[in-house]
Amino acid sequence: MKLPWKFLLPAFAFAILVGFFIVGLRQDPGAIPSPLLGKPAPEFSLESLGDPSWKVGSADFAGRPWLLNVWATWCVGCREEHEALLAIARENRLPIMGLNWRDDRALALRWLAQLGNPYVSVAYDPEGRTAIDWGVYGAPETFLIGADGAVLRKHIGPLTAEIWERDFLPLLPPAAEEG
Amino acid sequence: MIPELGHFALILALLLSIAQCFFSLNGAARGNAAWMAAGRSAVVGQFVFVALAFGALTWAFVDRDFSVLYVATNSNSQLPLFYRVAAVWGAHEGSLLLWSLCLAGWTLAVAAFSKSLEAPFQSRVLGILGLISIGFQLFMLMTSNPFERLVPRASEGLDLNPLLQDFALAVHPPILYLGYVGFAVAFAFACATLLEGRLDAAWARWTRPWTLAAWLFLTIGIALGSWWAYYELGWGGWWFWDPVENASFMPWLAGTALIHSLAVTEKRGLFKSWTLLLAVSAFSLSLLGTFLVRSGVLISVHAFATDPARGVFILAFLTAVIGGALLLFAWRAPRLKSAAGFEPTSRESFLLFNNAFLVAALGLILLGTLYPLFMDALELGKISVGPPYFELVFLVPMLPLLALLGVGMNAAWKRGFLGSVRNRLYLAGALAVIGSLLVGGAAYGEIRPMTTLGFALALWVMISSLSIPLARLRARQPIPGAVLGMVIAHFGVGLATLGITGVQSFKIEKDVALAVGDGADVAGYDFRLAALRDLRGPNFIAVEADVVVSRDGRPVTTLHPQKRLYDSGGNPMTEAGIEVGAARDLFAALGDDLGQGRWSLRLQYKPLIRYVWLGALLIALGGGIAALDRRYRERATVRAGAASASVAPGSR
Amino acid sequence: MRLIAITVLLMLGASAVAIDTGQRFEDPAQQARYERLIRDLRCLVCQNESVADSNAMLANDLRREVRELIVAGRSDAEIRVFMTERYGDFVLYRPPVKPRTWLLWSAPVLFLLGGLGVVAVVVLRRARAARANPATLDEEPDRQ
Repeated sequence: MKLPWKFLLPAFAFAILVGFFIVGLRQDPGAIPSPLLGKPAPEFSLESLGDPSWKVGSADFAGRPWLLNVWATWCVGCREEHEALLAIARENRLPIMGLNWRDDRALALRWLAQLGNPYVSVAYDPEGRTAIDWGVYGAPETFLIGADGAVLRKHIGPLTAEIWERDFLPLLPPAAEEG
Repeated sequence: MIPELGHFALILALLLSIAQCFFSLNGAARGNAAWMAAGRSAVVGQFVFVALAFGALTWAFVDRDFSVLYVATNSNSQLPLFYRVAAVWGAHEGSLLLWSLCLAGWTLAVAAFSKSLEAPFQSRVLGILGLISIGFQLFMLMTSNPFERLVPRASEGLDLNPLLQDFALAVHPPILYLGYVGFAVAFAFACATLLEGRLDAAWARWTRPWTLAAWLFLTIGIALGSWWAYYELGWGGWWFWDPVENASFMPWLAGTALIHSLAVTEKRGLFKSWTLLLAVSAFSLSLLGTFLVRSGVLISVHAFATDPARGVFILAFLTAVIGGALLLFAWRAPRLKSAAGFEPTSRESFLLFNNAFLVAALGLILLGTLYPLFMDALELGKISVGPPYFELVFLVPMLPLLALLGVGMNAAWKRGFLGSVRNRLYLAGALAVIGSLLVGGAAYGEIRPMTTLGFALALWVMISSLSIPLARLRARQPIPGAVLGMVIAHFGVGLATLGITGVQSFKIEKDVALAVGDGADVAGYDFRLAALRDLRGPNFIAVEADVVVSRDGRPVTTLHPQKRLYDSGGNPMTEAGIEVGAARDLFAALGDDLGQGRWSLRLQYKPLIRYVWLGALLIALGGGIAALDRRYRERATVRAGAASASVAPGSR
Repeated sequence: MRLIAITVLLMLGASAVAIDTGQRFEDPAQQARYERLIRDLRCLVCQNESVADSNAMLANDLRREVRELIVAGRSDAEIRVFMTERYGDFVLYRPPVKPRTWLLWSAPVLFLLGGLGVVAVVVLRRARAARANPATLDEEPDRQ
């Protein structure tokens, strides 16, 4: 039986649609990639969380890779990832800077005192302007910045050892020999 | 015990759906009257057991049985009875059961009210409806069982989402589903027609009242959702082009095109393939909507708690049903030809243009809704397509549609001879333009191009609709139900356009910070915060404000916006205070306590907004009146023997 | 279970009114620009709301940014670029016009012309049939 092609058009168009849906089911429509990847890290210079007279900024670790972790005491996921962050800090591969986002200074300091402090320094961003410059939309978020100052990777959501090993470690220069 | 009985009833319903499908389709294929009768009995049985399952779930909610996981997740011991019942369809699993109940109900109605159909045809229709029932019941039993137990039993439920604890939103899903699911009937009629290889157009007449009925429910369902969003969400918005709203609007557009296409097929035997394709499309879009809402492929405020595994099942089901129907279409439709002719300015021609515009609008909304998904799948990045796009783009086919609507309604079949009608139309056009300038200029003090166009088109449609019964009355001709229905529905379209143009052009919103005693001016109305008080509801505490509205010193009304905090926790909910008026709504929503006795409030002036929903109701009313036209009920006199002669040989 | 709770919480977040009691612009043209811009921006933490409608903290911050940028004299286009530099095209509810959205933006005209084209072909064919053989005008479908 001959099938005139124009009558097959609807079925054909539908097949293409289904193809897109099959792929679509595997995507996460809410995961927004960062436009900062490959670009120089946005500059900032903020008060340190512990000492307002001290400034903490994006230039502090120039010349080597470092991690920026956006966190807050009101953020449930931040508490979840805290252990993983402490473990990464203990490895001493690279410095971690915290960006305390829209938070209360006293609460934040107490939080770190109680739970441990994985950060070399913490920038205090009570108004969230720096966070906006980094395209932050939900804590926790973690950025890997390369030695050249470019943003290499962004992770949205709590960091785990698995994600750290799979997504971040391969981007770091090989570890220095234990001396 | 009762939940287990409900679960068992659902399993029995599935078995009966299988029986319904098997006996009906095979009975029709073999011409076995006993099997076809068995299929019809299975329809009744399926309905009974789905109803029992639904009843069992309802009982579990009413009885506050928190040992059922679904009840514990969506209900609470403080929840008032009405909302305990509404909670049955408040989330994914229960809403699927509602879907199934609606489908069983429509199937029963088809079995009961279409005795005049030839038995094999009716059986095929019931068989196809059975196939769809199987899909939904299997989906529930395999992935989304509403009767799953929670062990150990919860001491207290999580509560029904406070957004849903509202009358309109309680009834919105059942009515909406009756519409969505009702298109399955047209779908089944189309597939049965294709299966039989029918060459005649009788099926168009049979399908039309069923399609009108489903379509009118969908119209009301969408209008209810829009009205609810307006008074409940606190922003005064009534349509957001959210993917799920679009998912309900697309079947509506397809359904509207279908109704008009059926009219031509019924009257002149033309456009058979188009009509069949539209019938398949309308229900396909309903299924597509189900997929989009429950699979997680799109972000939406309406989305149910999503799970990719469920998404896979629905997609597989969708592919089978729609793919099957479209392949059937490709196989059988080429045979359908007709030699009838018509002139370029005949009604057939206008209806064809009408459908082109509706389908273009449908395509644009579909493309816009799915484009982010397409781009993401092709790894071209993530974009958003929102109201700024849809609002602009929807106008492109709609403006010409409205313009031609007035003429098309008055055009004669076959020949383009407009004759005396022409003068009527010129008069209507002139009145529309004058009226538009008056409304814009005199009532609102502004004449803007788009606004004037909108008002003019609205008035044009309204006046040209009314001119039809007026002309008939003057000529002492009767007005049959179908004509009256058409007039009312089209008048409703014009009225809704009037409302939309008015509110989009002249609405005023003001966000203010007021302390008790302060006031603000919005569109000449003075809104004054007179008092604030705390109060307690059945399952919430609230702050209520008295906002006294006056104009030129004379009091107009007092509004009572509330800010509620439900006992079950979560973010505060806003209940807006609204004063409904024939020419405008006045709207006040309470925001946050800003300290020092000041509160933030959103005050709005919404001209002509009521006509949006009144127009929609008239559209639905028109559809209902048309569906009840006597010619559909007189089918009972048709002889089954004469009917079979028109079926082409070799169709079995 | 948590997924359900999160969805519910997010929906509740969507329900509270986003009331913006920052200073209204003196200049109505600037106020209109502000209102249009925040309606065109998407709130990234919410389930499909604009920055104008959302009550989320981020939406509040973004509204403040837009306001400050307008005061600083930036144009609408510059403000949109500011946002997309940080959040990507996803933050715009009005999709940008680029090669990859060409189909999206030309669709209205394409679909309309396409539809009208098909209709024109059909109407002309039927009109020709009617003229060639006037009897076809009176063809009725098989009645039952």
